Amino acid sequence: MSNATQTAVQAQPQQEFWRWKEYNWHDPHLDWQAATTISCGIDVGSVSTQAVVLADGRLYAFASRRTGNNSPGSAQKALDWALEETGLTLGKIHFTVGTGYGRVNIPFADKAITEIACHARGANFIYGPSVRTLLDMGGQDCKAIRCDERGKVQNFLMNDKCAAGTGRGMEVFADLLQVPIESVGEMSFQVEVEPPPVSSTCVVFGKSEALGLLRSGWSKEKVLASYCRAMAKRVVELLARIGVEPQFAITGGISKNIGIVRRIEDELGVEALEPQGDYDPQIAGALGAALFAKALVERQRRQGATA
Amino acid sequence: MKANYGYKDGSGEYYITIDSDLCTGCGSCVTACPAEVFTVVADEFSLDDEQVAIVAEAQRNKLKYACAPCKPVGERSPLPCVAACRPGAIEHSW
Repeated sequence: MSNATQTAVQAQPQQEFWRWKEYNWHDPHLDWQAATTISCGIDVGSVSTQAVVLADGRLYAFASRRTGNNSPGSAQKALDWALEETGLTLGKIHFTVGTGYGRVNIPFADKAITEIACHARGANFIYGPSVRTLLDMGGQDCKAIRCDERGKVQNFLMNDKCAAGTGRGMEVFADLLQVPIESVGEMSFQVEVEPPPVSSTCVVFGKSEALGLLRSGWSKEKVLASYCRAMAKRVVELLARIGVEPQFAITGGISKNIGIVRRIEDELGVEALEPQGDYDPQIAGALGAALFAKALVERQRRQGATA
Repeated sequence: MKANYGYKDGSGEYYITIDSDLCTGCGSCVTACPAEVFTVVADEFSLDDEQVAIVAEAQRNKLKYACAPCKPVGERSPLPCVAACRPGAIEHSW
């Protein structure tokens, strides 16, 4: 490659269509110094990391960011970001529970709990105690969970054998079609007639099939509709194994993709619950972990009092 | 709680279900299985750290092949893991 072409390539930075919004939040009306229990949950997922801080069981602060290639580092960064401008520090947190793929790799966590239990517990908080069936659509896997009114897991099933029906698969498609990932859902409805699903939900084969469809004259919208439908069908197959009992809810990053959510509802014939309040369903795992952390602190105190 | 370990692929569904409410964590399945499919760990789902059998992480995505030697075509003797489990906590989907 000549020097002239190299400059031309560098001058045009590529837009990263797969990038989703990373953000932090804290409740300015809540005073953590007045709380008796400050608990923290860190969900280090394969694609995203969330840190949630609860003050006496109420959501106080959280942050959601990409995991990247350094999971201990991303846990720390997520927590630091959640605590930004709050004056709260790690030393003031009574108990931290780690969850997700990277849960054993969080240096400052007091305990690790599987993300399946944490998502069920978090969904119970976000969607209310009526949730019985939960679908957690994560970055690199998909979990179907049945739980009771306390958010305790009764039956679960996890697919991490292939990337079909995962957030990472959606990122790949957003990039391929050059559509910002947060617009995929809306765009997938801009078709006159719903096209048949792509025949393979495998990300690699699906990608080549989608390219073929684009070449044969399909619009981006139509290809997205077709892929979203295939993904919905794939996860509904997972759900079929454990059975779907209403109320039904979806957590994880994909739950923000309306194109997938509506199609899953259509395939199941069941509507998905809306989160209570403004809770982000992507923090369900970390939220559940923080709720477990709270329970563990309270138990330690009780044991300390009786000992 | 019923834990389903395994997967579904183009050739079928390969799940081992372990009922953690029935499982005592005795480890009979661990010794019975010739393919080292099972392992006993502290239950991650209970805060009490009770012992429970799980399907080992390394085996979960290849159960079709790991279990194949115990599942010959035609006449089949009872599966060693299922036979060894006194409370009847183990089920296979195929």
